Amino acid sequence: MNLLLRLWRSSLGKKYVMAFTGIALFGFVIGHLVGNLQVFGNPDLINTYAHFLKSKPGLIWGARIGLLLMVSLHFAAAVTLTLANRAARPIPYAGGSAPGSTWKSRHAMVSGLVILAFVVYHLLHYTALVGGINGTGKDFSLLKTTLPGSNDVVPDVYAMMILGFKVWWVTAFYLIAQALLFLHLGHGLASMFQSLGLRNHTWWPRISAFARATSLVIFLGYASIPIAVLVGGMGSEYAQRALAQTSVNEAK
Amino acid sequence: MKVTLKVWRQKNAKAAGEFKTYTSPELNPNMSFLEMLDVLNEELSNRGEEPVAFDHDCREGICGTCALVINGTPHGPHKGVTTCQTYMRSFKDGDQLIIEPWRAGPFPIIKDLVCDRKSFDRIQQAGGFITVRTGSAPDANSIPVPKGNSDLAMDAAQCIGCGACVAACKNASAMLFVAAKVSHLGLMPQGQPERYRRVKAMVEKMDTEGFGACTVTGSCEAVCPKEISLDFIARLNRDYAVSLLKGEPKRLKGGGAG
Amino acid sequence: MATLNSNIPSGPLSQKWENHKFSSKLINPANKRKYKIIVVGAGLAGSSTSATLAELGYEVHNFVFHDSPRRAHSVAAQGGINAAKNYQNDGDSVHRLFYDTIKGGDYRAREANVHRLAEVSVNIIDQCAAQGVPFAREYGGLLDNRSFGGAQVSRTFYARGQTGQQLLLGAYSALNKMIGAGGVISHTHSEMLDLVVVNGHAKGIIVRDLQTGGIHRHSADAIVLATGGYGNVFNLSTYARGSNVTASWRAYKRGATFSNPCYTQIHPTCIPVSGEYQSKLTLMSESLRNDGRIWVPKRKEDAKKAPADIAESDRDYYLERMYSAFGNLAPRDVASRAAKTVCDEGRGIGSTGLGVYLDFAESIRRLGEDKVRERYGNLFSMYHEITNENAYTSPMRIYPAVHYTMGGLWVDYNLMSNLPGLFVLGEANFSDHGANRLGASALMQGLSDGYFVLPNTIATYLSTVKTGGRPGTEIGEFKEAEENVQGFIRRATSGKGSRTPDSFHKQLGKLMWEHCGMARNKAGLEKGISLISDLREEYRTNLRVLGDAENWNQQLEKAARVGDFIELGELMCRDALMREESCGGHFREEYQYTAADSEVQQGIVNVGDVKRRDDQFAFVAAWEFPESADKAPILNKEPLVYEEVKMGTRSYK
Repeated sequence: MNLLLRLWRSSLGKKYVMAFTGIALFGFVIGHLVGNLQVFGNPDLINTYAHFLKSKPGLIWGARIGLLLMVSLHFAAAVTLTLANRAARPIPYAGGSAPGSTWKSRHAMVSGLVILAFVVYHLLHYTALVGGINGTGKDFSLLKTTLPGSNDVVPDVYAMMILGFKVWWVTAFYLIAQALLFLHLGHGLASMFQSLGLRNHTWWPRISAFARATSLVIFLGYASIPIAVLVGGMGSEYAQRALAQTSVNEAK
Repeated sequence: MKVTLKVWRQKNAKAAGEFKTYTSPELNPNMSFLEMLDVLNEELSNRGEEPVAFDHDCREGICGTCALVINGTPHGPHKGVTTCQTYMRSFKDGDQLIIEPWRAGPFPIIKDLVCDRKSFDRIQQAGGFITVRTGSAPDANSIPVPKGNSDLAMDAAQCIGCGACVAACKNASAMLFVAAKVSHLGLMPQGQPERYRRVKAMVEKMDTEGFGACTVTGSCEAVCPKEISLDFIARLNRDYAVSLLKGEPKRLKGGGAG
Repeated sequence: MATLNSNIPSGPLSQKWENHKFSSKLINPANKRKYKIIVVGAGLAGSSTSATLAELGYEVHNFVFHDSPRRAHSVAAQGGINAAKNYQNDGDSVHRLFYDTIKGGDYRAREANVHRLAEVSVNIIDQCAAQGVPFAREYGGLLDNRSFGGAQVSRTFYARGQTGQQLLLGAYSALNKMIGAGGVISHTHSEMLDLVVVNGHAKGIIVRDLQTGGIHRHSADAIVLATGGYGNVFNLSTYARGSNVTASWRAYKRGATFSNPCYTQIHPTCIPVSGEYQSKLTLMSESLRNDGRIWVPKRKEDAKKAPADIAESDRDYYLERMYSAFGNLAPRDVASRAAKTVCDEGRGIGSTGLGVYLDFAESIRRLGEDKVRERYGNLFSMYHEITNENAYTSPMRIYPAVHYTMGGLWVDYNLMSNLPGLFVLGEANFSDHGANRLGASALMQGLSDGYFVLPNTIATYLSTVKTGGRPGTEIGEFKEAEENVQGFIRRATSGKGSRTPDSFHKQLGKLMWEHCGMARNKAGLEKGISLISDLREEYRTNLRVLGDAENWNQQLEKAARVGDFIELGELMCRDALMREESCGGHFREEYQYTAADSEVQQGIVNVGDVKRRDDQFAFVAAWEFPESADKAPILNKEPLVYEEVKMGTRSYK
């Protein structure tokens, strides 16, 4: 039998798939966070970065296709495993269930699905720039700026982020998703090592601590942005100007 | 002391089951949980009601027969003991105790609180052994085993095959059981020749029997009466991965002239 | 009268087994698969023999009443397994193991069988180690040993406190391999309820499928019973609740003779009884006696005091005092009887007065608590679970309890009963332990019989059986046996009585303990026989079994087993009454050493030690079921002829 097929047909094999795709997605989460944190710098910083990415279609599409593949495999393995797992326990207990387990370990599927829903929304919101869903009544694709030292007119990502997170429910959804990602990673990052057989009782406490610490850092990193915008009023003036510029752009 | 018992009653594999509530007779806190059920059964019998069927045998925590879920926890509230080693002093006068059988697709109910765990035997028949024909063994001390390995193998070999790991796991996964068996033999030098063949055969049998997958919730380790560690599941994952990567040997055609 | 031919091979003792293997007929490999062998039971003996017979090529069918062969009660053995490996260089040898076992059995075992057991013991360890049994090891990676009761050498191999489970898992894995390979057909949840005898040969069994209630007939060329001991006749024992005598007893009722039923082993270190509800007595491994010291207060006024309040000078370390050479490691029968003696003097401790202390204080001082925990931690925590007491800070309370039965179905040197074609292995037979079994030798015997003896000796019978000559299950003998089983089930489930099987079992147990327990006498045994006979009559008329026979019905299973125990109990009392001597676990109060005896004066034995009467009782009793149930069973005798060992006075002083 083909190795890949055998991998997919075995419950352990699917867990390897979960672990490897999980590692890839974890890499993305880190990279994306590093990118986003540039919002705390000068607006030009993040706009330059965004423009740099856009100007390399090979890189960005390669990454997008890769990520799509990773998400699909992660999702497909999770769904098929969950269905098999449910079938293995047809009748639930009346006296309570899953002793000794944590919420995050039992509900990785739920947290994963909410995160997935959020990712879809997030893509429509900031990547596809679908106007009707950002809650501002404005079309983000009209937000443009020019980068210093060049005449290129590029999307004003900084303004998009500020305006986007000014909407309380967008921020709320974002924070909920980040909180779930925190739990998902808190379980998943450690489980990756388990599924790949890379643990024993000496390393397990360290692996667990690594999972907890990393997922917390990721959560704080991501959550700091909307909180800085909504609570700290970061970039308000810039955003107002950018918005005013939009009507100018529109009038043109 | 007295307790209220909500007990799962089911006539046979095909019949539908339901909970029945009983008030226990006066109990002694030094009774074992199973002795409490003996007393209940004696009373039920004297009233002409059929006694509650429950599995038990050695009553000293080693045969792995007893299998009750007490208030949602297989083998009851204490860590590292079986149902038969659970004593009534662990409960309070007036407590309500919900008593259920192991619940898992691969463990069909036979009657009341008794389930059928032959799927465990079938997994072991697939590969849970070291092939050694009787009489062909070399002197025992010709195979030294590093004490560390031997002790670790013994940790895994303590598994009593009760199935509490499956019962506790929300996915009814048998990973801890299979991991214990695979690790015990795989840690010994005697087990090396069949190591990767064994893990592949046992994991595949485990999957076809319908057990769920491991999602690392840790419930199995929490209820295991022999406190077998999740480390062994990691070891199983590792060995299985190696066995997949090794693949099947290439088959050559023909033989010699002989 | 039954014909008892022990078939002991001729020649010097140490060459009998080799000679026998050479002179026995063989069966050619192509013919082996034409023979079908039924093995009942899957403990150490049953699993190992099923696997080995299948490896040899026979068609093997294995039957167990459990859901899995791994549940057999061999699993519960804690301490270890003996083998004459002499890895410790402490003077051990095959001959010494043989001698210790013969002496330990108080010269009531068959010499040739015991010598073979000692020879084979070394192969067992090799076999088990190769199967991956995780025996305890030293840092160099080689096997570790410890000493055990009744021996002055360290020859016991062990795997923490669960040697039995590890050895059983080894045998079970060999069995699994052969089940997977198709060599063994495994019938689980299947209880043997009758033996079918055709033309004087055992040719089949009747089995009840415990899940469906179906009664099935199985025929074979030979039947092997490896169904364990009958200690549950006492109700409270260290046996598993399911352990029973039914297979052996039904074979007895079909003509197999039952040997030395009164030889029961009372193990000295068990947790005392705590109340009427008790279902089980838990053994604390004999290995504890390596580091624990047994004592009671010197004065009975101190018996109710807390142990810490009893001064060192007021304590009686009675085993050390009475048996200075062996001390706390005296054999089980000796240690148990000594405990009973001090309790009878009113010096017993605990609320019931039936208990003695097993004290680790000195070992903890000498070795440190960590070392003690490393050696016995699992036993200490088990003790804590059961009693809620901490044995690190105060001594354990222990008392003797029924643990093993040396008696069983009579077998010859080939392990065949007097019914041709019926073989009996392990604890179910009577052969190797005489009147008392030494620690760590039950596992040895089960595996010796199963791996090495029967697979060789069964050919001596099968070579006389024509291939393809196995009877069909439609013949009258099978029909009659099935009807016998069906009849019992009908009577039990339609009975209008008022008592449960459990209540009969409890009553029988108390009666047996009182009249046929650690100390026996003529009047008590006669009273026991009469009380059991009454109990049997009440059982016949006043039994109540709820539920039906077409589903899982534990009460019905118990009813059959308890009925057989009641009948066995009577035979045990008869055997004990007949045996007018004391030997090993059989202690007749009328026959004990007194101050007037020269052995006492010479300091070989103590007052109160068992007194054998070799001139009259150096024989194996083999009881035969009478023509009709209302007649008394018939006593057959196999004289014990000792060619090499001289029957001596057993001294542990």
